[in-house]
Amino acid sequence: MLRLRGLSKSFAGLPALRDVSIDCNPGEVLALMGENGAGKSTLLKILAGEHVPDSGTVELDNEPLPLGSPTKARRAGIRIISQEPEIIRDVSVAENIFVGNVSTGGGRRFDRKRLTAAAHEHLRRLGLDGLLQPEARGQDLSPAQRQLVEIARALVDTPKVLALDEPTSSLTDREADALFTLVRQLRDSGVAVIYVSHRMAEIFQLADRIAVLRDGALVGERSTAATAEHEVVRLMVGRDLSGMFVREHAADERVVLTLEDVTTDDVSGISLQVRAGEVVGLAGLVGAGRSELARAVFGDVPLRAGRVLVDGQPIELRSPRDAINAGIGLAPEERKADALLLERSVRDNASLAVLDRLSRFRFVRRGAERELVEGLATRLRVRTPSIEHEVRKLSGGNQQKTVLVRWLARKPKVLILDEPTRGVDVGAKAEIYATIDALAAEGVAVLVVSSELPEVLGLSDRIVVMQNGRITGELTRGEATEERVLALAMADHLTGAS
Amino acid sequence: MTQTQNDQRLDHAAEPGAVSTNGAAARFARLRVPFNQNTSLLIALAVLVTIIGVQAPEFFGSANLRTIGTTIAIAGVLAVAQTIVIIIGGLDISVGSITGLTSVTCAMVFTSAGGPFPGLLSALAAGLACGLVNGLIIVYGRVNPVIATLATLAAYKGIAQLISDGRAQGYVGADPIFIFIARGSIAGIPTLIWVFALIAVAAHVLLKYTDIGRNLYAIGGNDKAARLAGVNLNRYIIAAYCLTGAVAGFAGILLTAKTGSGQPVSGSEGLELYSITAAALGGCAMQGGRGTIPGTVLALVLLGVLENGLNILGVNSFWQNVAKGTLLVAAVVIQQRRSGERRIGLPR
Ligand SMILES: Nc1ncnc2c1ncn2[C@@H]1O[C@H](COP(=O)(O)OP(=O)(O)OP(=O)(O)O)[C@@H](O)[C@H]1O
Ligand SMILES: [Mg+2]
Repeated sequence: MLRLRGLSKSFAGLPALRDVSIDCNPGEVLALMGENGAGKSTLLKILAGEHVPDSGTVELDNEPLPLGSPTKARRAGIRIISQEPEIIRDVSVAENIFVGNVSTGGGRRFDRKRLTAAAHEHLRRLGLDGLLQPEARGQDLSPAQRQLVEIARALVDTPKVLALDEPTSSLTDREADALFTLVRQLRDSGVAVIYVSHRMAEIFQLADRIAVLRDGALVGERSTAATAEHEVVRLMVGRDLSGMFVREHAADERVVLTLEDVTTDDVSGISLQVRAGEVVGLAGLVGAGRSELARAVFGDVPLRAGRVLVDGQPIELRSPRDAINAGIGLAPEERKADALLLERSVRDNASLAVLDRLSRFRFVRRGAERELVEGLATRLRVRTPSIEHEVRKLSGGNQQKTVLVRWLARKPKVLILDEPTRGVDVGAKAEIYATIDALAAEGVAVLVVSSELPEVLGLSDRIVVMQNGRITGELTRGEATEERVLALAMADHLTGAS
Repeated sequence: MTQTQNDQRLDHAAEPGAVSTNGAAARFARLRVPFNQNTSLLIALAVLVTIIGVQAPEFFGSANLRTIGTTIAIAGVLAVAQTIVIIIGGLDISVGSITGLTSVTCAMVFTSAGGPFPGLLSALAAGLACGLVNGLIIVYGRVNPVIATLATLAAYKGIAQLISDGRAQGYVGADPIFIFIARGSIAGIPTLIWVFALIAVAAHVLLKYTDIGRNLYAIGGNDKAARLAGVNLNRYIIAAYCLTGAVAGFAGILLTAKTGSGQPVSGSEGLELYSITAAALGGCAMQGGRGTIPGTVLALVLLGVLENGLNILGVNSFWQNVAKGTLLVAAVVIQQRRSGERRIGLPR
């Protein structure tokens, strides 16, 4: 049994965890919930030996756990699957899985065949075969597959404690289901599981108990059977949230974004239109080509054929800069790799795409910049001690919000959001949805790529479904149900055509 | 200190989920002098000056201070340029060679054209051209900056030797303009120092207050993110190398003026390493995204004072090199420890 007692941790005087005591029993799934920056990842990192707490103890099976050493934590049987998967880009999935576990080969010799075979066997045992090829290279993996590699790596042997930090934030339903089955198996075999997620539905499916952190302190523990979603939300945010989704405004007739037969290496023949004030959802499974399409429209991936029009004017897309000048904005899927300057402040990050407008004779007007960023950061509830704080030190969800602030500041005509609420807590999700709605009301054409079906359904006026780089169907808000979207997303599989 | 921490805590708790920039903590954070690289350099400088000054009071003489200033001026100009290239995540090892090449160009054009201004302009133009070639090789040849400028270091040096036949060229020591640059002064401060100071201030303003500077830092911090935010990477990178080349042209002019003739190699060899040393000591991160002109300038002063002080104290120059090396390692180790990076594997 895992016993945390009185854990506290501050970063530069700002408390991230305050006197937290929780137990987690073998054969139990304990969900850890809380807003962005509540301290969930910090807690797991203490377990992993990555952070040393300022005070407090951790006991595993009545033995005190030495703190601050990843190796010792691992040896004691603790495995953490972190929020940002670590992948070695240049080696295969098999090597990524067994890195640090050389016991698979004979002696020191590296036997690739055997390693690959072992990886096949391992993935099959975990029920992840079919989702991940051991031969694939690290750099070719989608975010979802990286997450699966991280999971497979942690489970090379059976741990005593398994902690998962937002494992499903980049997974689609199929992979998530495989993960849930796996977690249940582990639980039944006596593993103590700590599960961090912002997704209410899966928490209620999976967890036996829910612990809620707010501002670093434990504010409640409930047995899942004896509580309800709204109670957990109230514990998390300290108030009631009613109505996550608001879509009030009817779209204009004026078409802002037009794609004509857009074709790249991975998507083909995509034609669609987004009108002013309209929110169009792009649904599909991982690998359907939605992010690729988003990047193509943004000038990051070259078009093989077709064209993109904004306000009826064809635009020449040689680089993202052309797209931005034409009034398009993109908040990319992978915030750390593709959007953030981790070493720089929230202010620097947020104003990066509007520097030209904030400058006079190339001099950045600092006052105007500060006012703009501060206003938007407050509106999206970015939790940071000040906008001068380095983005690296923010929690995952707040980093995501910083990226959104960048594009809100730019006020584009077309805003493409690729998984805008990945890793964002319920309260902030509601803010982001409201912001998207408000943007639409201001006449922005919004294209949202999301793997969370309830989100696509709740947010979009129209849903375009893709599979294998093609559009397989389109549903209006009235017609769309989870079943119908899924049916289109898996059209090939269902008809057995291919 | 406890008071502040309490303030911060209260502040944090009072407004969950909001940006609390108006809070006491934030106000304090803005007022507080950060104990950063520059502070440690200042402390080191103070210690050094005290030690040297106690043993050799003539150190503080205005003639000696002028000597320090004029010695660091040429290398200083290059270090300022180097800082900019390092901030975008690059490196320019060829700056010393460009200085030599532009020095020869300057003197030879001066001799054949018979006037100082064609000489000065040709030096800047040659520097710019060298920088442009560097930038083009790096961006369009997809060559790692270290390798690319290592290659042009050799090539530019070769060109300088070829056109000069390996000897000092021309004699500018009689021209009033060059005399003014080498030995003149404005308001009691030598022209060499003025040139260095103006270049440093211009670079500082560029980096700190303009959108160009922000974009340069962004490129060094995360080039992919910068591109997706609309920064034209290629143009910025090439421009940064052009700027470095042109600034090295200034260094070439200063060198020509100071020595009285065009020096293909002897006056500028080793300056590339000196400039990198100063930038690193001043807090530039080699992977890019971090570094400031004030930091580099402080580091230059520190290096200059160290060299000068040891000279005055009669320490032999071999020991001076050892001292410089030790200083650099100590400074960078302190910097890394302060950044709180865990001591595992290769440093970032
Ligand atoms: N390395 C660090 N340096 C400074 N502050 C940090 C650091 N890591 C975390 N923090 C701060 O600690 C607090 C808790 O962060 P943590 O990452 O634990 O949040 P979280 O609950 O996991 O949030 P999310 O749901 O967004 O992932 C935040 O205010 C964050 O800014
Ligand atoms: Mg987290």
